[in-house]
Amino acid sequence: MVGSDSLSGPLDPAADAGYPDAPPRMGFFTDTSVCIGCKACEVACKEWNGVPDDGLNLLGMSFDNTGALTANSWRHVAFIEQAAPSAVQAPGEDGVRWLMSSDVCKHCTHAACLDVCPTGALFRTEFGTVVVQADVCNGCGNCIPACPYGVIDQREGDGRAWKCTLCYDRIGDGLMPACATACPTESIQYGPLEELRERAERRVEHLHEAGTQEARLYGHDPHDGVGGDGAFFLLLDEPEVYGLPPDPVVTTRDLPAMWRRAGLAAASMAAAAVVAFVGGRP
Amino acid sequence: MSGPGRGGGRDRGEQLAVPEAQVQSYYGRPIVRAPVWGHGIPAYFFTGGLAAGCALLAAGADLTGRPTMRRAARLACLGALGASAGLLVSDLGRPDRFYNMLRLAKPTSPMSMGSWILTAIGPPAGIAAAAEFADRLPSRGVLGLARRVLPPAGRAAGLAAAGLAPALATYTAVLITDTAAPSWHEAYPELPFVFAGSALASASGVGLLAAPPSESTPARRLALVGAGIELAASRSIETRLGLLSEPYRQGRAGRLLSTGRNLTLMGALGALLGGRSRVVSALSGGALLAAAAATRFGIYAGGVASMKDPRYTVLPQRERLDQGRPARADDT
Repeated sequence: MVGSDSLSGPLDPAADAGYPDAPPRMGFFTDTSVCIGCKACEVACKEWNGVPDDGLNLLGMSFDNTGALTANSWRHVAFIEQAAPSAVQAPGEDGVRWLMSSDVCKHCTHAACLDVCPTGALFRTEFGTVVVQADVCNGCGNCIPACPYGVIDQREGDGRAWKCTLCYDRIGDGLMPACATACPTESIQYGPLEELRERAERRVEHLHEAGTQEARLYGHDPHDGVGGDGAFFLLLDEPEVYGLPPDPVVTTRDLPAMWRRAGLAAASMAAAAVVAFVGGRP
Repeated sequence: MSGPGRGGGRDRGEQLAVPEAQVQSYYGRPIVRAPVWGHGIPAYFFTGGLAAGCALLAAGADLTGRPTMRRAARLACLGALGASAGLLVSDLGRPDRFYNMLRLAKPTSPMSMGSWILTAIGPPAGIAAAAEFADRLPSRGVLGLARRVLPPAGRAAGLAAAGLAPALATYTAVLITDTAAPSWHEAYPELPFVFAGSALASASGVGLLAAPPSESTPARRLALVGAGIELAASRSIETRLGLLSEPYRQGRAGRLLSTGRNLTLMGALGALLGGRSRVVSALSGGALLAAAAATRFGIYAGGVASMKDPRYTVLPQRERLDQGRPARADDT
């Protein structure tokens, strides 16, 4: 059923899913250091994918009136206003630093949503991405609490689970996903994951040389708790500041141990019933 | 089990219980998303456990010649299974697609495994319940044949249902521990025992309510064993997990779990001392049933609370990073 590495550890997800001659794994590198918070990615995503609106909300969260990734927001631009670290300030300046970041489904190497989906509605594409088949999903909701990033969500009034598809219908035709195409600063970069990882390493080195010591990559490491993200980020502060989990783990990593404990409890239950009926009279 | 999520020992939580202000978050928003399930799901954890416990109680009563208890347990088992199916289908976002649950059998999906377990236990539980009405059938013709075949078929079917029952009672624990809910996930060693113990205690409640004193001794023993397993495992969840035990001791979850604990204790005490009194037995039985429901809703509320406050997601992960031992995908 599953190989020793299928629930955790680095691997090529498309090959693991059974594609014999899979194309290179494709993904996003979102370089938040050049994000200008224009939300073109949010708009382009909605337009291309026909995603319904989330309502007109004023959330009181800086310029963020989207709030979070939801069934109806597959890109979400976060806005953080904070006191600038002294390293990026001119002497005597008490400036505010703006952090902006376009969040998206991570298309994990080990995707908990896909692992727990009972219907097979969630599947792994030949590009290594994770997509929901809307014609199969029965809205059981199991994927929603399984995601370590809180991405996938049920659409109200529709009942099914929805999230970013990494524009499966575009990339199969050699096009870029809508968000990356619309991004005016190339903060959202699309391409083969291997290439993006190398490019990201060079970008971080460059930023460090330029004095931006707080630049760090997030989700790029194939040895991390989810086996690396298909969509990874360059951040300028701790992940939790952006609403990202600092050290996520795919819950199914522990599933074999969970089944063993359930088996032990089940055996205890059967034994208790036997004892109750055959035990001596109290 | 020495993975980074648990290896820190029992005092880990005390160190983690730092003031909220020290946790960074994005406008205090949760990082993981709480389930969109309604009350139907924790209610199903109760009815599924009750059905499982009753299948075991019915088989035991059948094999040891306790007809009143057998009949009550078989009927309660089938009734609880019917309620379970109804609760599960109506909670789907697309109830008309419920049959997609059986498109595949997928061991990495506890819900898929559970769908198959529930599907498999239904027919034998139904046959066992139908066997209770065999003596009302005419003694001639096709129905006469059924009258003669049903009792032995009911025994075989009842034993088959009892064989599947422990899986039905415990897989639901895996269903919720196999999530990113911090207080569910970290409780995975104990939670199947809470559900197993609670399932036994609730089924013994049916036995205590229905069976005369001459038949009820095994139900009393089952009440004590079930309550013991449930209380010990719950106690561990409420204390062992440090910061992640907190959601089980506070708010709605804390109130439900303490109600469940008190009712379990009262029910077990009544089962132990109520001996010859039908009234005391019935009261204990009712208390054990109510306790099982309160416990399931309490466990459910605790896990949801741990998802809604980013502290519970961030702090344990941040602590791993600060100690220089980030999660590695290949850890177990």
